Amino acid sequence: MASEHTELTQAEYIGHHIQNLTYGRHPDGHWGFAHTAKEAAEMGFMAIHVDTLFWGALLGIVFVWLFSRAARNVSVDKPTRFQLCVEAVFELVMGSVKDAFHGRNAVIGPLALTVFVWIFLMNTMDLIPVDFIPYIAEQAGLSHMKVVPTTDVNATFGMSFTVFLLMIYYGIKVKGLGGFVGELALHPFGKFAIPANLALELVSLLAKPLSLSLRLFGNMFAGELIFVLAAALIPFYLQWLVAVPWAIFHILVITLQAYIFMMLTIVYLSQMHESSASH
Amino acid sequence: MNINLTLIGHAIWFGIFVWFCMRYVWPPITAALAEREGKIAEGLAAAEKGHHDLKLAERRAADLLRDGKVKAQEYIEHAQKRADEMVEEAKAAARAEGDRLLAAARVQIDQERNQARETLRQEVATLAVIGAERILLREVNEQAHRDILDELRTRI
Repeated sequence: MASEHTELTQAEYIGHHIQNLTYGRHPDGHWGFAHTAKEAAEMGFMAIHVDTLFWGALLGIVFVWLFSRAARNVSVDKPTRFQLCVEAVFELVMGSVKDAFHGRNAVIGPLALTVFVWIFLMNTMDLIPVDFIPYIAEQAGLSHMKVVPTTDVNATFGMSFTVFLLMIYYGIKVKGLGGFVGELALHPFGKFAIPANLALELVSLLAKPLSLSLRLFGNMFAGELIFVLAAALIPFYLQWLVAVPWAIFHILVITLQAYIFMMLTIVYLSQMHESSASH
Repeated sequence: MNINLTLIGHAIWFGIFVWFCMRYVWPPITAALAEREGKIAEGLAAAEKGHHDLKLAERRAADLLRDGKVKAQEYIEHAQKRADEMVEEAKAAARAEGDRLLAAARVQIDQERNQARETLRQEVATLAVIGAERILLREVNEQAHRDILDELRTRI
């Protein structure tokens, strides 16, 4: 990285690239950006990753702007090409919801659409060469800049946590509090083994948001790391040998991870709409 | 990999985008898709109906054509018959007229012959009388023999 400290070691370069732009309270009491990973860790919970929130918001706005534009100008008889693209995404999402979700719920469709497109857009940031935006940010005085929000575990947890809250909300709403708790307590071994049932069911319930977020985070972080490693370890004139095939493969990963997150969101919410008898 | 407030911030973004999508994006597009689906179904049904109507119309047209042919044949036969009849009638009328003319001619001929005969008879009678007069003038009194002469005239 070209700045005042021009001579970064490979390890420092990699470390720099996987560090978020963190704003928070330093241990000595004043607020500011963290300049090293150690400083960021010392800020604890009372800190925000400015880059994650910025890019997440920007890409979310891109999503709602594009799609609401299509929705505003929607035409039944003469759809534009752009509208047809949006409709293709809708068909995919609606088909998935129809296949996997058997309850009636007005939220599930928009939720699945937002999950799919937003995560897709955030993942796609991975295809921008790793130094482009960080370099520009550095010229603007920002020490760190991670442009792929889904490589930040906070972002993936933020989404899976919301999905988890919706699961509990609809579980209780559809089955009643007694039904929801009863399902946790009385399965799979019946009423004489309530502690064992609770332990099993709670673990399985909590594993859902955990696996949901970590799957996405892990895939995207690993993908990002490959690009960073390629940029750090290989001479620039040979980097394309790794980066190009990996980017092409990554197009698949990006789409697949967005799709998996959406599909699992639908399935988890669907489970909360079904009675225990069906599973 | 620090867990911090970013998690809640991102969850808030998520909520906002889902809400926005639910409010402004999802309803119009799903409505349009449903409407188009309905229109396509309607169009297909209309096409199906049109196809059916066409078949019915074709069948009706074929029926009409066949009926028309049969009727035309009937008319032709009828006309043929009528023409034959008219020729027959005309022939009969001509024959009757011919007969009538022939009969009238015969009557006229008869009349003329009778008249001619009458005239001839009178002339012969007159001639005979004249002849007789000439003969008798020399020896008979006309007055005295008129009754004989008249009797002669009637007998001719």
